[in-house]
Amino acid sequence: MAQIIDMPKLSDTMTVGTLVKWLKNEGDVVKSGDMLAEVETDKATMELESFFDGTLLKQFVPAGGQVEIGAPLAAIGKPGEKIEAPAVKSAPIAAPVAKPLAPAAAPAPVAVSAPAPTPAAAPAPLAPRPSPLAPAAAGRVRISPLARKLAEEKGLDYSRVKGSGPQGRIVREDILTAAKNPPAPAPAAAATKAAAPKANAWPWRSVLDKSPVQADSVAPLSNMRAIIARRLVESKTTIPHFYLEIEVDSAPLSALRNNLNAGLTKDGVRLSVNDFVLKACAAALRAVPAVNSSWDATAIKYHSAAHVSFAVAIEDGLITPVIKDTDTKTLFQISAEAKDLGKRAKDKKLAPAEFTGGTFCVSNLGMMGITRFSAIINPPNSAILAVGTSVKVPVVKDGAIVIGERLALTLSCDHRVVDGAVGAKFLNALRDHLENPALLLL
Amino acid sequence: MPSPVNKKPSATAVAQAADSAPCASPALSAPINQQLTKADKIALFTTMMRIRRFEERSLRAYQAKKIGGFLHLYIGQEAVAVGCCSLMGKNDHVITAYRDHGHAIAVGMGLNEQMAELYGKATGCSKGKGGSMHFFAPDRNFWGGHGIVGGQIPLGTGLAYALKYKGLKGAAMAFMGDGAVNQGAVHEAYNLASLWQLPVIFVIENNGYSMGTSQERSSAGDLGKRAAGYDMAWASCDGHDVYDVRATMDKFLQLAREESKPAVVEIRTYRYRGHSVADPDNTYRPKAEIEEYRKTKDPIQVFQQALVAEGVLSDALIESIDQSARAESEAAAEFAEASPFPTPDDIQKDVYWEADHPTERKSQGRLFFD
Amino acid sequence: MPLITYREAIRHALAEELERDKNVVVLGEEVAQFHGAYKVTEGLLEKFGPKRIVDTPISEAGFIGMGVGASMLGIRPVMELMFWSFYSVAFDQILNNAANVRYMSGGLINCPIVIRGPANGGTNVGATHSHTPENVLANHPGVKVVVPSTPYDAKGLLKSAIRDNDPVFFLENTILYGDKGEVPTDEYLIPLGLADVKRVGTDLTIVTYGRCVLHSLAAAEQLQKEHNISVEVVDLRSIRPLDIDTVLASVAKTHRVLIVEEQKPFSSVGSQLAFMIQKEAFDELDGPIHRLSTVDAPAIYSPPVEFEQLPNPQRVIKAALEALA
Repeated sequence: MAQIIDMPKLSDTMTVGTLVKWLKNEGDVVKSGDMLAEVETDKATMELESFFDGTLLKQFVPAGGQVEIGAPLAAIGKPGEKIEAPAVKSAPIAAPVAKPLAPAAAPAPVAVSAPAPTPAAAPAPLAPRPSPLAPAAAGRVRISPLARKLAEEKGLDYSRVKGSGPQGRIVREDILTAAKNPPAPAPAAAATKAAAPKANAWPWRSVLDKSPVQADSVAPLSNMRAIIARRLVESKTTIPHFYLEIEVDSAPLSALRNNLNAGLTKDGVRLSVNDFVLKACAAALRAVPAVNSSWDATAIKYHSAAHVSFAVAIEDGLITPVIKDTDTKTLFQISAEAKDLGKRAKDKKLAPAEFTGGTFCVSNLGMMGITRFSAIINPPNSAILAVGTSVKVPVVKDGAIVIGERLALTLSCDHRVVDGAVGAKFLNALRDHLENPALLLL
Repeated sequence: MPSPVNKKPSATAVAQAADSAPCASPALSAPINQQLTKADKIALFTTMMRIRRFEERSLRAYQAKKIGGFLHLYIGQEAVAVGCCSLMGKNDHVITAYRDHGHAIAVGMGLNEQMAELYGKATGCSKGKGGSMHFFAPDRNFWGGHGIVGGQIPLGTGLAYALKYKGLKGAAMAFMGDGAVNQGAVHEAYNLASLWQLPVIFVIENNGYSMGTSQERSSAGDLGKRAAGYDMAWASCDGHDVYDVRATMDKFLQLAREESKPAVVEIRTYRYRGHSVADPDNTYRPKAEIEEYRKTKDPIQVFQQALVAEGVLSDALIESIDQSARAESEAAAEFAEASPFPTPDDIQKDVYWEADHPTERKSQGRLFFD
Repeated sequence: MPLITYREAIRHALAEELERDKNVVVLGEEVAQFHGAYKVTEGLLEKFGPKRIVDTPISEAGFIGMGVGASMLGIRPVMELMFWSFYSVAFDQILNNAANVRYMSGGLINCPIVIRGPANGGTNVGATHSHTPENVLANHPGVKVVVPSTPYDAKGLLKSAIRDNDPVFFLENTILYGDKGEVPTDEYLIPLGLADVKRVGTDLTIVTYGRCVLHSLAAAEQLQKEHNISVEVVDLRSIRPLDIDTVLASVAKTHRVLIVEEQKPFSSVGSQLAFMIQKEAFDELDGPIHRLSTVDAPAIYSPPVEFEQLPNPQRVIKAALEALA
């Protein structure tokens, strides 16, 4: 078999070489020590020496060709010998395009581009970093590592301790002092994590502050924002949305919920309004299964199982974890699962299977103080429920005006699949379940 | 033994400084060469051939990316290392710079462990930790293998100092190239060697080029003659003739061993390859020059012709020695290829004697950090 | 117990080791006939003769490289640098050859050398004579670095250094040469890599070495008297190997750290210490690690100003109070 001569490594930093000129032609006799060609490297032009005797049977690279180290240049052997001409590798191409993040259930995503007003390609100047000497952001506590450890050991909530160190840093002394004189107990309404601020708290900024609203900046789109943009534009522009509203008397729900939660404090369990809503939706999907469906170009798909997803706000966007077979689960199972999925969603630890495959979606902004809103359908669902907050309002009962409690629900429907009457039936079923919440315990 | 503080130039040293014309051949008649047996001569020839074939095989391996970093080949200079090292007695020592494969082979190191070292394998003579420039064999009185130009010369002077301190009759041969002679450390070593009359022979392997800069463009004056400024004996001889190398060096080795006298010996030689394998070497010397040396002064050719004339070598024997040398180098490459690399756990071994001998460790605390 | 000076302690160590091991040789500029530039080797030539105590020409690369080469054949040279500032003219021999020959030979060789001499500022000798290169030296795997602060430590550590089979660099201080301290007549050795708590305390750990130990002890006295602050002073004694455990134990006790070093700040010994302390004792820290170094400029000549450039007890007190804020 003929001997294949590869492009050799001719310097410690060389990666590719250019065959400048052949010094021997096909058919020439070659002796060990003869020069075969001139090769240009990153450092200089060198001569390629043959280590073998024979006839130059084939040149694989023409004069001027550039190849990587190890690529075949020529074959030397006996005339008529078989040559296995290996595939010629060209010089390496530029680094491959970055792979996008795995998206929610949808056709394979493409790299985001054009219509977005801000081109992601151009490297834009980042917003200037806040000065390291700026005062601690609201909610951020300065504490020494030792003091933090001590506080944890003593089960002390250090967010309520005044720091005596530089820049208000809490130091060991402060913890020891606080341990001896515990501060007034936190108001009962506060959640178990004493330090957590209320969900609808907004970052305080003085009206007297006349500095710029923010620094001018151009932020390149993160994968999440790009995906949200693409999917919601697709939804809004291809799905004919219409909206149905209904008000629910949430007094029975509140009463039952408070009752249950009071009895569950020792277990550390707390049911949320949304847990009941998810369960009620599952029940309503059973009653009006036409809503548990998807538009499929030339057909409508009806799904046998109801997988209700719910929107969770996370850093830089949102995601919709799914509770599989919601209709077969108890309220308590749904509550536990929703809590777990919600936490892991915030920690960005959800597996794709956990946020794809939903058949219906619930978006709840009640805890943020929103009274009512309309959501955008999550394809391939055919509807989405928007839940507002419970408010005390004057209502008419038995001809008199009394104080009632109302919760607004808004159902966005895909008119290709769900007509007004179907949507209305669904909402009524949902309302009835929520107004008779004991049923949801079964 | 004279105290190192005594500094009086001896009569012999001055006389030798004046008597410093380049040595003439025919060196075969020198007693040191007359006492060589036929077997000795064949052994010398074989060693030179083994160096040649090993270097050629290393070049091939380097171009095939088996060897990283630098590779400085000894091709063309074989007679120098072989001639000098063939004169070593049990108390003589050798140290050189980074063009060290020839010396390593000449003192008797195995080709397998050298090639494995080039390949960076754990079976290498330095366990893969040194590379081409750092071959060592203390058990053969060979102390490397050094990368910084001229840096090994004070070390070589130290070997001589130790010999004298211990009252041993021996000499240190400290090799350097024509580029090293201008390093400050070399001058400091010359001064110490002459001041204290240390038994060191500074051997300048003058191959005409310090990387890409010729001798005329690097050095003022004659390289060997600088020794006279330090009151040291010196000489210059032809490095293509292994007999001449032996005859010249023997004289100075005797002076070093018997009278503890240092000397500088310039050996004129030539390298066919560039400074290192990455050196294109067409920017500083004409091809015709290389061809001329190959045709008329190749040390292996020169010795081969001499031995054929003496009836020591036949064509068949030459061919057999050559084939053996090629086969041995090929086997070394195979050995290197099949050997394992050191593991990351080996990185922090062989740093401290104490860490490598934990049962004898006297210090405490942390020797290494993350 | 006899009270002897730091320089005498070093001299005694040299004499004892020269006596004990015939391979030990002292080399350096002016060490023999001149009796030593700082009189450290005074009397040794008369006792041991010119073969064991050798005057060298001004040729650091030459004679230190020679010593390294000789050590490969079993000689144990103790080479003096008149000032450690001169190490840079022998950098290649010290930090390329002595530090690496063992490694590059795969463990076949070791270099049992000692290089000793004063490394300090504070004597108005200017920028090129006032270097304290223990950080540069300690950065090289393969070498050991020792900086004693008292006569007792100097003697015990030098004897261990001479018996050590690796290269050991021993950094003294011209200002400490005259300091007196109690040193036993019976033989004793101090192992390398063992720190010493020179003063026990509870409120602040000062980690230091060399002359700064004395500044720190003086500052500690005043801090106790005037501020009722109890300071613990940890003398590293050995930079490499490093006894970090003693330091960490102290930090776990006091929770506040001040490093005091006669080092220019960037990449000093204290930089390495601070990294290790915060990494391994993060939860013990009640405040950031503070450091008092030399003011970051070449050593100034003007005598009263050089005093302010280096750490001194007043600067230590100020830094200690800041570390306790």
